[in-house]
Amino acid sequence: MMDLSVTLSGGLRPLKLKNPVLSASGTFGYGEEFAPYGDITRLGAVIVKGLSLRPRMGNPLPRVAETPCGMLNAVGLQNDGVEAFLTRKLPRLPWREVPVIANIYAASTDEFGELAGILSHEEGVAALEVNISCPNVHEGGVLFGQNPVMAARVVEAVKARAGNKPVMVKLSPNVTDIAEIARAAEDAGADALSCINTVTGMAVDLASRRPLLANVVGGLSGPAIKPVALRCVWQVCRAVGIPVIGVGGVASARDALEFLLVGAHAVQVGTAGFSDPAAIFRVVDELPGLCADLGIDSLDGFRGSLRL
Amino acid sequence: MISPGRAELTVTDNVPFGETGQRSLHALTLEHPGWSEWHPGQFVMLRPKSWGQDMTWARPLSICRVTPRGLVLFFQVVGRGTERMARLRAGDRVILWGPLGTGFAVEARTPTLLLAGGIGIAPFAGYTDVHPEPARLSMLFGHSLPSSCYPTDALARRIGLERFRERSPEDLPRFQDMVKKHMKDCVERNGLALACGPMPFLRFIWRYALEIGLRTQLSLEQRMACGVGACLGCVSVTSRHWADPEKAGLPVQTCTSGPVFWAADLDLDARIAQGGAA
Repeated sequence: MMDLSVTLSGGLRPLKLKNPVLSASGTFGYGEEFAPYGDITRLGAVIVKGLSLRPRMGNPLPRVAETPCGMLNAVGLQNDGVEAFLTRKLPRLPWREVPVIANIYAASTDEFGELAGILSHEEGVAALEVNISCPNVHEGGVLFGQNPVMAARVVEAVKARAGNKPVMVKLSPNVTDIAEIARAAEDAGADALSCINTVTGMAVDLASRRPLLANVVGGLSGPAIKPVALRCVWQVCRAVGIPVIGVGGVASARDALEFLLVGAHAVQVGTAGFSDPAAIFRVVDELPGLCADLGIDSLDGFRGSLRL
Repeated sequence: MISPGRAELTVTDNVPFGETGQRSLHALTLEHPGWSEWHPGQFVMLRPKSWGQDMTWARPLSICRVTPRGLVLFFQVVGRGTERMARLRAGDRVILWGPLGTGFAVEARTPTLLLAGGIGIAPFAGYTDVHPEPARLSMLFGHSLPSSCYPTDALARRIGLERFRERSPEDLPRFQDMVKKHMKDCVERNGLALACGPMPFLRFIWRYALEIGLRTQLSLEQRMACGVGACLGCVSVTSRHWADPEKAGLPVQTCTSGPVFWAADLDLDARIAQGGAA
C-alpha cells in the first residue's frame, strides 16, 4: 500500500497526517455528525466548525441556497462558543486516532489571541486554523483577510498564544492578490495555509424579487468554485514556502490529485458531503487506486509536478 | 435513537396523482432500504445518481410509508430538483440517507388530531399505519389543489378525515376557524395534536396551541443542505422550555433536533427565524 502520509509542519510544531484528506470547517459539524456514514478516524484530520470566544446565534434564515454546481451560505458563524466545544464536543471526538483542528474566528486581534491561548492548552486539539476570510460576518472576518497588514497582525496574535500548536491560516479568494496576503501570513509565522474560503456571491428570485439569502450575499462553495480554488492554490504555492491545503469543490480523489498537482500538500472536502455524506470517505478510499492508475508512487514526488 | 444509514437504492415506481395538467404531486417508491426501525415523522435525504454535480443538495423528504415492498415517499414539484425527481423511472438509482431526525409521538390511548396542510399529509399515512388504535385518530386536511392530487383514499377508509380546499386567499380565515375549532375540541378531550404543512400554517397552529395549552407537535419544513446537522442552514430557535438548558433560546438543527418538535419547545417568533428572503 502506498504511503499517503503528509507532513504539514515539522520541528517543534509537528503536524503529520495519515493521508491528505481533511474535512473543511463548517461542512462537517464536529465530526460525529458523519460517523454513521464512515470511519472518521480514517481521515487525515477533522477540522471542526468555526469557534468563537462566545456563542453566536448566526444570521437569519434562509442562510443557504442551492446554485448550479454549488451553494451559497450565510450562516454567520453560528456556534456554541469555545467553552462548550471543549466541554461537550471535543470529548466525544476520537482525537487520539485522528487529529482535530480547531477553526477559530474572532472580531479583534485580542480575541484571536485569547482563543488561541485557551486552545493551546488542549491536548485534543492538534492545530489551529485561523479564519480571516468569512464573508458572512459584519465584524472582522474577511476584513482581516483582505489586508496584508491586518492579516499579519492576526497571525502574530495567534502565534504568540498558540504554544506548540501549528497555525494554519484560511485565506479568502475575495482579494485582488491572494499571493500578497499569503506572503504576509507566512512572514507573520503561519505554519500552513488553507486556500480558499468561499467566493462571495448572490442569488435572487425573479417571481418574488427577493434575494435567496436573508443576508442578501453569501459565500459560494462546491464544484462551481474549483477552478477559482485551483488558480489560487497555484498562485499561493509559487509565492510561499509553507504547505498549502487546497479547498474548494473537492468531491473525488481526482479533484484531490488536481490540487496536489498544482502544489498543494493536502485538500479539504466540504460541500461534497452535502451531496453524499460518504463523499469524504470515498476520496480516502479511492486515492491509492487512482495514484496507481496514474503511475504516482509518491505524493511528495507528484506534488507540484504540473508541466508548463 | 435510531442510527441512520446510507444506501444506493433502485426506484421501483413513480406515480403522479390527480388529473392531467395538475400532476405536481408524486408517490415515489424505492426498494426497501433495509431499516430495522423507523418512526413516522422522520425523513430521508434523497439524491438521484443522475444529478451529477449540477444539483448540489439531496432533497429532504418525509417518510410516507414503509411497506414490505419498499419505501414510499410523497413529493410535490416546487423547483428544479423536484422537477427532475418527477422524471425518475423504475430502475433509476438514487443515493438515500436516513431515517433522520425525530418522529411524532404515538400515544395509543390519547385522542390524536392530525393537522395536515397540502403535501404535509405525507407522514400521516405511515403514522396511521403504525398507530395501535387508529380509531383514536382524526384528521383535518387543508389543501389548495383538487383532492384527487393527494393520497387520501386509504386514510379516509381508516380514520375520520375532514377536508377543506382553499381555492382563494379569502378562504383562509374559514380554514383557520376550522383548525381552531378542532384544536379546541382536542384540548377539551385531553388530546394530542400533530401538525405538518407549510410554515405559515404551522406558525398559526403554534400560536394557538400555546394560547389554549394543547399538547402539540409540529413537523417543521426548512431549507436543508445536509440533513445530518452540519450545514446549519435549517436551524430553529428553541424556547426557554427546551430540555437542555444550555441550548434554550438558541438555534438547534431542525434536521437532528427535529423535524418534529413540541410546540412549547419552539420560539417561531425569534429574530433569526424571521427571514427576509424568497
